Formats: sequence, structure tokens, C-alpha cells
Amino acid sequence: MAVGTPFHPRTSALNKSLNWRHWSGYFTAGCYHDFIQPEYAAIRNKAALIDVSPLYKYSVEGPGATALMQRVFTRDVSKCSPMQAIYTPWCDSGGQVMQEGTVFRLDDDSYQVNAAEPTMRWLRLNSAGLDLTIADRSAAVAALALQGPTSRRILNACFDGDVDGLRFFHLVAGTIGSVPVTVSRTGYTGDLGYEVWIPADRAIAVWDALLDVGQPHGITPCGILAMDVARVEAGFILIDVDYISAERALIPEHTSSPYELGLGWAVKLDKGNFVGRDALVAESARGAGRRVVGICIDWEPLEEIHAADNLMPDLPQLACREPVPVYAAEGQVGRVTTRCWSTLLKKYIGIATVEACYASPGTAVEMELTVNFRRRRVPAAVVQLPHFRPPRMRE
Amino acid sequence: MTKRYDAVVIGAGHNGLVCAAYLARAGKSVLVLERRHLVGGATVTEEVFPGFKFSVCSYVVSLMRPRIISELDLPRFGFELLPLDGTLSPTPDGDYLMRWHDAEETRRELARFSTADAEAYEQFGKLMYHLAMTVRPMLSATPPDPSSLAPANLAALASVGKTFGRNADHLYDLAKLMTMSSADFVEEWFESEPLLGSLSASGIIGTFLGPRSPGSAYVMLHHYMGEIDGQFRAWGLPRGGMGAVAESIAGAARSFGAEIRTAAPIERILVENGTARGVVLEGGEEVRADTVVSSLDPKRTFLGLVGAEHLDDEFVSAIKRYKIRGSSGKVNLALDALPRPTCLEGIEHKTGFPAESYLRGAISISPDIDYLERAYRDAKYGRFSRRPYMDIVLPTLADPSMAPPGKHVMSIFVQYAPYELAEGTWEQQREAFGDTVIDTLADYIPNLKDIILHRQVITPWDLEQKFGLTQGNIFHGELSLEQLFFLRPVAGWADYRTPLKKMYQCGSGTHPGGGVMGAPGRLAAQKILAEGA
Ligand SMILES: Cc1cc2nc3c(=O)[nH]c(=O)nc-3n(C[C@H](O)[C@H](O)[C@H](O)COP(=O)(O)OP(=O)(O)OC[C@H]3O[C@@H](n4cnc5c(N)ncnc54)[C@H](O)[C@@H]3O)c2cc1C
Repeated sequence: MAVGTPFHPRTSALNKSLNWRHWSGYFTAGCYHDFIQPEYAAIRNKAALIDVSPLYKYSVEGPGATALMQRVFTRDVSKCSPMQAIYTPWCDSGGQVMQEGTVFRLDDDSYQVNAAEPTMRWLRLNSAGLDLTIADRSAAVAALALQGPTSRRILNACFDGDVDGLRFFHLVAGTIGSVPVTVSRTGYTGDLGYEVWIPADRAIAVWDALLDVGQPHGITPCGILAMDVARVEAGFILIDVDYISAERALIPEHTSSPYELGLGWAVKLDKGNFVGRDALVAESARGAGRRVVGICIDWEPLEEIHAADNLMPDLPQLACREPVPVYAAEGQVGRVTTRCWSTLLKKYIGIATVEACYASPGTAVEMELTVNFRRRRVPAAVVQLPHFRPPRMRE
Repeated sequence: MTKRYDAVVIGAGHNGLVCAAYLARAGKSVLVLERRHLVGGATVTEEVFPGFKFSVCSYVVSLMRPRIISELDLPRFGFELLPLDGTLSPTPDGDYLMRWHDAEETRRELARFSTADAEAYEQFGKLMYHLAMTVRPMLSATPPDPSSLAPANLAALASVGKTFGRNADHLYDLAKLMTMSSADFVEEWFESEPLLGSLSASGIIGTFLGPRSPGSAYVMLHHYMGEIDGQFRAWGLPRGGMGAVAESIAGAARSFGAEIRTAAPIERILVENGTARGVVLEGGEEVRADTVVSSLDPKRTFLGLVGAEHLDDEFVSAIKRYKIRGSSGKVNLALDALPRPTCLEGIEHKTGFPAESYLRGAISISPDIDYLERAYRDAKYGRFSRRPYMDIVLPTLADPSMAPPGKHVMSIFVQYAPYELAEGTWEQQREAFGDTVIDTLADYIPNLKDIILHRQVITPWDLEQKFGLTQGNIFHGELSLEQLFFLRPVAGWADYRTPLKKMYQCGSGTHPGGGVMGAPGRLAAQKILAEGA
């Protein structure tokens, strides 16, 4: 049965809607309120406090640690300085993406790998002959995402590290109250934001401190459903939703390469050998057969189709993860894997996978949609991801 | 003049009933004759102690083919499966390993023993999925004869080839699975003792092999490839016990017009000029039929009911060589209260979940591979295991109708119990065997002895005497490679036909083998109908 995270005593007291989701075997609040809008609005206008403890975290330490990072990840970890973070996919030997996640370089020979799915086995398999230790820190480290425009002010009010000097994708260590924490300027919302990494046994104290000093800055506990909408706007793909991990895929067609996922920029073929490189060299020469793209459903035809049945357009307030076909004149050319209504952009947007020749922004396609119990096709356009990215994310 | 039937089916085990249902559905007049006073064979529910209903032999369902459930519309006749959630494996030091239905939760439980195992588990599941997908089509097809060039046979061979082709990536693993021991197979993946123990245990069920004997890995797959609601490896408890499964098939058969007579033991099959003409009941009554179908195991069918004199020597010696050694027994308990395993003391405090939730699945007494291998060693030399492997379920947690309110029944499948004892007879040893089982289990469940209201001990000898399973083999013959697929039961006769004209077999001794699966019954009926019976 699922269990609570280290914040469960607090989150369960707040979660009056009893909307719980299972995330890696943990109960996480889906939405504390009756609907996600107040929480979504906090992400974009105030500061949302999101329990992301279910992430898997591994520490890799020792003289061979960097070699392992270089062997497993497609990005060049040697370019990452101590107290810097990188986002990177990792592939199986066929160059198919197993996962993507963030890697923190804590020191020359010390890393923290953050992953959506367990990855100890993969790290171990690849560490043959390397002098290092790998530890699963998933349960020992609790994590909070503090995301939104006022998040910096909140941290400044309670954290003794240098927040103002903390650049995007960098880390700083310090304390909140008396609790030693690491703060990374990372997140899954595409907004200004931080993630706070906390010893699990002191987690509650940090939660309380943040809520306390955050009050004047509008800090709002936020469930993962609002974060899901924010990540679609930010154009962040989600494992097992927008792509299937090569580890879990049952048939080859279900796997994806980094190029197909739009992560070609994160594949450094010239950094030396790494797992999947041979296959990726071939694919980079050949070009990916399909692409992850943004999709935006045209408003007017959507409205007309509904109006013909005397209905208002039915707009998904939550990110909908049921894949639906994408069509062009020739027939089906892909699928929309996540879609939602963006209250911010006032657009019906999504993340899709389409055949490469339909991937350029502006390409007109159609998405299947059930309107009044009938299958319809609504016109849509392929768009560049992200759908939304405020400058404050990096500034 | 008594009625003459298109077909008479010998034995109302689930396979005989499935066969009869399909024949009747095709418009044939069918009579099923069963020796016992009730239908079901090894798939029965009996009220052995007042108020307590036992699934006396088989106790869980998974292999039953979805096609049969739907084609015969079994739910309409009372077929209902209740969920069995997870497997609890207590360890001798008072700890436990729990594998839940949910993957994430299982991962957490496994990680208490080994993070590597926790992560490998899903990959292992994926491999088993592919292997099960490879054999799955064969569960619904008559095995082709590789020595025959008949067009239909070549087509069948080609279709096997196609399945293999589609799963080419997994052929190496399939070859390994077919030849390795279950212990070696799982040790390639895992390191923690309780996981290795409980996984490899499914490779010994119903076979006279130890976890380190080559060939046991395939038996693991046999227990993995069952499916419920589209999910492999799911096991369920039939509401009303296993008898309800047989009753539902009987209900379907009757709805198509089949007649079923219980307390009608067959003494022999009538053979005239190499052709089966009907059967003779004990007491002399003759029933004539165009086609005779036997659901009994091959030894009982050919050496018993047909008689060697009607068969050629080569066939007879092949049937004699057919391996059917019994290795299992069963202890069924009526309990006054819920058992309280040591490993679940204070569990609610630790995990927040009541002990009961850990008991809703199977309980496997298989702490490590050596434990199982030692249990096998005893059997090899003609003793029942001093510390046996046990697979336990408490059906009352899902289906309270099996016992009076607040009381429970416990089904304990036990291995090893060899049919041939080195000393004494099973009648002399039965209670000692029962004591060994209870003593072993009481080490894990201290309150067990205090709550037993009644115990039923079933030895291989009882399985033979009472249920007609030769040597007490639960699968009508071992699931070893040399007697599977086109070799089951013997080479040349895997397509349900027999050397006698107008006579067929449809029991677990035919492809795809034992377990409450129904596939032999259905495939035999198809063959009979195709041959224009
Ligand atoms: C202890 C035990 C536990 C098991 N556990 C499981 C389990 O949990 N899950 C699972 O899937 N499988 C299990 N099995 C295996 C499974 O029960 C059998 O493989 C299956 O039930 C056999 O079905 P059948 O129809 O082929 O043969 P049977 O069920 O053996 O049917 C043959 C029938 O023929 C009758 N008969 C015999 N002689 C004569 C005669 N001369 N005249 C007329 N009738 C006769 C018998 O009484 C019987 O009814 C278990 C078996 C046993 C013994």
C-alpha cells in the first residue's frame, strides 16, 4: 500500500479534498482545494509549495564518479562545475531513452542523480571497474519545490545561503532554521523556482518554516495536478505519459530516442563514448523519424463544432493523459499525449508526437476529439515548445 | 433400448466438462459420466467439516483460458473470481517479504532486502511477460506434429514459427527457461533469499523436481502465464471455492443439452475392431456412443479403461514410461479465528495497515532456495519433507461464505510428499505428515494450533484413491520438457486422438497440460468436431 512522504503529517492535515495521487508508491496531494486554479495561480503569481519527495535520488561518490556520469548520461558532465546542475536524458545501448532527470554536481567527485523511476540498477550495471559508491538516498532525502515569482523572496527570508547570487541550474548549501539543506534553482513548472533538498527526519521543520515566512508572499501548498498543467505550458515531457521508458516499453515501437523527444541538444556525441552513442550517431546522421512537438488546437473550429450541438467548448482543466490520434490528409501521423486548457494563455495546448515531416511549427493537422459522444477531428497547429516561458525563470 | 449418444465423456473434471460443453454447443448429444457423487475432479468444493467449505484439491485460478470463459459465458453460470492480493513470504527470523499487486509498493518491500532486486523485479516481469506472450498462442492451439507434412500440420508449424519470429529477441531466454533450473534462472536476476525462495518455488509446484533440478524453470512459466482480466500472473479465488468453477462449466454444458451423471464409475471402454464403441460402467451397464472421450490421465485411460491388449506394444510402453510421480499433498484447516503470523505482530503500528491486509494473498513458506532443495532431498529418498514448502491461502478473507461468520478456512498446499514412501504406507503416515505440516507452520504462526477446529490431510495416496489421480500427480503427468507440447502425453498422439478409432483424450495429460485451464477440453472438442464426429 502507498505510504505518506515525510511531509504527510502536514499535507494530510491540509488535504481536505482527500484528492490523493499515487506517485512512486507515495501518497501525494493531487489538489488541496476543490479545484486546481488557486494552486495553479500560485505557481504563476505567488509561490507554490509542492511536495516532490517521491523522486528517486542517488548519491554517487568517489574517484570514478565522473567517469560513470560520462558513461551513462548523454550530456557532457565534465562541463558541469561543482554546485551546478544539468538536465540530461540517459539511454539504453540502442540509444533509446530510459529516463531524463537532473544531475547535481556537488563536488569534483560527488553527484546527486534525481530520477522519476528507480535507476540504481542501471548505475550499478554501468559502474563496473569504477572506484565509486552509489547510495539510494530516495527515502533519506525529502524534497520541496518552491515555485513561483515570490519564491526568491521567501527563501531570502529564511535561508542563510546566497539566494540572489544563485543562477539558474545551480546549487547552494545552507540552513533553514537549524536544518542543513541544499537549494537548487530547478523545477518542473517553467517558472522562477527552487527545489529544497532536506534530510527526511527534519522535513517537517522546513515545511513549517517556509509556510511561516512565506505567508506574506502568498505561499500556497500546491498539489501535483496544478504542477502538471504548468509543466505542459513549460513544454516539459513526462515519462510514461509523453514517452515510454525504454526499460518499460514492451515493443520497440514504444521506445523513443532523445532526438525524437526533442532532446537532441542534450546529446553530446563528441564527448567520448557513452551508453547508446553508436546508435545515436547513426540516428543523428539519419534524422529522427518522429518528433515531440507542441500542439495548439484552433479555437474557432473548436467552438463551432461544439456550438453546432448547442454546447460550450469542453476544455480540460486538468492535464489529460489519454493519448488521442493526430491526423493529416494522409491519415494518422501521430498522437497527442498530454493536453490541457491553459488558463494563462487562454489556449487549448498539448504535447504531441508526430512524424518528422509534420513537425515544423505552423504545420496544420487535426486532433481527434469526442464532442457530444461523437468522434470529431478538430483543426490544430504544430507549435514550438515551450508554450510559455517567462524570462524570470532564468533571470 | 437405451439412448445412444454422439459422445460419451469419461470424468467430470473441469476438462471433461469443458469438452462436453463445446460438443453439446455444436449440437452433439453428450453424456458425461463421473465416478464420484459430484462433478469437478480436482476442482471441487466439499463441506468436509460442518459449516466449513474446502477447495479440497486445487485452490486458486489463473490459467483458465479467457476464451473459454467468454465462449461458454461462464459468469452466467456462477463463475466469479475474487482477487488474491500479493504474496507474503515470512522468513524464519520473524521478518517477511511482501509482494503486492502494486508495482511501486512491491518495489519498496523488496528494497528492504536489496535495492538491486527491487529494480530488477520489473525487468524480470517484463521478460516473463514476453516469454508468456511467446507461449500464449500455443495454449489455444493443437500442437503440430513436427514429423508430419500434412498441409494443416505445416500451417500449424508455420504459425508456431511466426510466434517465435515475433518474439525472436526472447528466444535465447526461452531456451534458457526450457532447460535451466528455476533456482539458476532467478539467481541470474536476484540476490535476496526470500525473493529467490518464493520465485523459484513456483518452479517445483506439482513436479518431482527440486529448485536446482534442470527443467524446473519451465514450470515457473507455467505458473506465470495465467491471466485474469488481461493481466499475466494474476491469481484469483473463485467465489464458492473451486467447485464453483466446475459447477459453472457443468451449468454451461447442461444449457447446451449435455447430460451429466455422477456416481457412475466406468469400468472399461468397449473396443471392437480397434474402434471405441462406448463404455461399460461398474455393475455392467453399457452406454454406447459414436465417440468416446476420456478426461482421465493417460495411464488410467489406456492401461486401465482400454487395456493393453487393444493397443500396440510401442504405444503401451510409451504410456508406461510417461512420468506421473506425485509430489504434493494438501492440508485443509477449519479455523476458529484468523491466524496471527509472528512477522505481522505490530504491523499496523509499523506500516499503518492491518495484519489482515497482508493475508489476503498467498502465503509462501519458502524462505530460501536451500530450504526448498532440502525439502526435495527428503522426497528423493522416499520421505515427506521434514520442513516442507507450503503455499497457503485463506479464501474466507475474500469469500466469507466458505465458513461460519468470523471463522476461517486455510488451504495449505504442501511439497514434498512422494507417492512412494521408503517406509510404511501413506495410511500409516498420514497423520505424521499432517503433524509435520502444522508444526512447521506453527513456527511462523504461533497461534495456529490453538485455533484449529478440524484438519483434513490429503496425501498423494488419497489423491489417487479418492480423486483418481494416478500416483497423486496433480497435473496428470509431470510438466517436464520431454512430455510437453507435441510430446504430451506421448510422441505422435498430442492431437487428442488415440490409437483407437473414435476415441479421444481431453484431460490434463494432453497439451497444454495440468492446472485449471480448460484448454485440453476445448482443443479436444475442436479436434473431435473437425474430424466429423
Ligand atoms: C492438491 C492439488 C492442488 C492443485 N492446485 C491447483 C491450483 O491451485 N490451481 C490450478 O490451476 N491447478 C491446481 N491443481 C491442478 C488441477 O487441479 C488439475 O490439473 C486439474 O483440475 C485437472 O483437471 P482434469 O479435468 O484434467 O482432470 P480431473 O480433475 O482429474 O478430472 C478427472 C475426473 O475423472 C473422474 N474419474 C476418474 N476415474 C473415473 C472412472 N473410472 N469413471 C468415471 N470417472 C472417473 C475423476 O473423479 C475426476 O472427476 C491442483 C491439483 C491438486 C491435486
